[in-house]
Amino acid sequence: MQWETVIGLEVHAQLSTRSKIFSGASTAYGASPNAQACTVDLALPGVLPVLNHGAVERAVKLGLAVGGKINSPSIFARKNYFYPDLPKGYQISQYETPVVEGGSIRIRVPGASGADGGEKVVRLVRAHLEEDAGKSLHEDFHGMTGIDLNRAGTPLLEIVSEPDMRSSTEAVAYAKTLHSLVRWIGICDGNMQEGSFRCDANVSVRPRGSDRLGTRCEIKNLNSFRFLEKAIDYEARRQIELLEDGGTVQQQTRLYDPERDETRAMRSKEDAQDYRYFPDPDLLPLEISQSWVAELKSAMPELPQDMRVRLERDYGLSGYDAANLTTDRETAEYYEMVVSQLPSDPKLCANWVTGEIFGYLNDEGKSFGECPLSPAQLAQLLVRIKDGTISGKIAKEVFRQMWAKASEPASGAGSRSQRGVENLADEIIESQGLKQISDSGELEKLITRVIAENSRSVDEFRAGKEKAFNALVGQVMKAAKGKANPAQVNEILKKKLTE
Amino acid sequence: MSLSLDEVKRIANLARIEVVEEEGSAILAQLTDIFSLIEQMQAVDTSAVSPMSHSQDVRQRLREDAVTEMDQHELFQSIAPQVEMGLYLVPKVIE
Repeated sequence: MQWETVIGLEVHAQLSTRSKIFSGASTAYGASPNAQACTVDLALPGVLPVLNHGAVERAVKLGLAVGGKINSPSIFARKNYFYPDLPKGYQISQYETPVVEGGSIRIRVPGASGADGGEKVVRLVRAHLEEDAGKSLHEDFHGMTGIDLNRAGTPLLEIVSEPDMRSSTEAVAYAKTLHSLVRWIGICDGNMQEGSFRCDANVSVRPRGSDRLGTRCEIKNLNSFRFLEKAIDYEARRQIELLEDGGTVQQQTRLYDPERDETRAMRSKEDAQDYRYFPDPDLLPLEISQSWVAELKSAMPELPQDMRVRLERDYGLSGYDAANLTTDRETAEYYEMVVSQLPSDPKLCANWVTGEIFGYLNDEGKSFGECPLSPAQLAQLLVRIKDGTISGKIAKEVFRQMWAKASEPASGAGSRSQRGVENLADEIIESQGLKQISDSGELEKLITRVIAENSRSVDEFRAGKEKAFNALVGQVMKAAKGKANPAQVNEILKKKLTE
Repeated sequence: MSLSLDEVKRIANLARIEVVEEEGSAILAQLTDIFSLIEQMQAVDTSAVSPMSHSQDVRQRLREDAVTEMDQHELFQSIAPQVEMGLYLVPKVIE
């Protein structure tokens, strides 16, 4: 039987507020245990939660970015369960009226072997605000569990998709698009190592062509795109094998073990009613006024999907280039600044940003924010290719040197960092004599010499062997140390050989 | 709507309320009474009334996003039964 995998994702994005969602404790990462757990986070008697303006603002921004409905009033609810990393005995979350309902995200799906697999729209169910729990440490406390409540009360936005994805590739493309969107609109730092962006995947399988959903399992806390992909692939295989052997899938919460590349049952799924949700009497209905929404809307940056379309339309870039350049805002802004200085060739600019710059950053394990070269520095180099001062090949060598110089820290008195020196490209071209030979007299002399020294190739060419011509061009380029303009060499050489 | 004794026990367990065997049936009777009252109320036509989530008709006030709480963990932990390396220690819980 042919099987189809059906996937929905729940993403927990930690909102980038300074303070917690219901208290004035700091959310900074890496503090010593419980240094950032105040009376509200500890659930001491008599304390009350007060909602953080910044958390609501970020939730509304996501709603605007995905075209969802912003609910007003929006209601907070208690989700009841007992676990020591949640000292109140309940988590404040949202149930019936989340801040955001509906909306969608457009993703680009990679096809086989890196090809473009086209676009797909993933619908969202909702996005709701809630508080994170603390951390339990189970080791080394002579049979006890250690509790750190620094993370308790950190604002989370849980973004729930419809089960619209049909492969782990689509699920990863969706997660990556959402990851870049939350960073783009500045609501989450997206740091997956620190747990700022965590995915739960709901996976089920069904016979291809069926429109009924199979029983699903939820895989918890996938904190890398690779684990997300592998966990889904494993889980789909497990369910298919189970069904093909005549078994049934039990609805379960499962954990992915990256070391053994498998998922394991964690607990059978409690019904939603088990959490006994009810509106939290400590919190009043949240009103989000239309004027507030309008204000946030007017301050929204151009969204990546809109920018992608614009780059394709206005600059004639391929969908692939446009998508690459809009993966994060730093890259997109950098690219636009390069183009602003070389508006005649946006494609050349795109090639250098996605080629050389991405390549060098990747080799050094740096993010785009750490790029040592300014857009103006790159633009000057590209202008020198365009105006014929250097060839594209020499430009790569100049780029290598520019990168090295700009990466050097300023050292000692009198020396200065090359970072930000605008005419860095010109300085390198000038000081090393890398300019193309544009003086045709000089070039002619060079060519005459090459013809004299390569009489065999010349004879072969005259006998009708086209290949011999290329060998002669190669000799001229070699003699010119790559600094000759190939088109000009062709022209002069042809003229001289047919004289 | 009728409730069974098993459901009473399950709810009690979820809420971490200890209910001994003799109390069970008394609680069942009380809850059944409450449910019948709810049933009575459900006969009222509320289609034109929006659900109320809070008893007062006021809106949530928001707090500015600023850190106002300082580190007082030593004070808070002075009343904790057991503490080590800044962590609160609790009986072992692993799912």
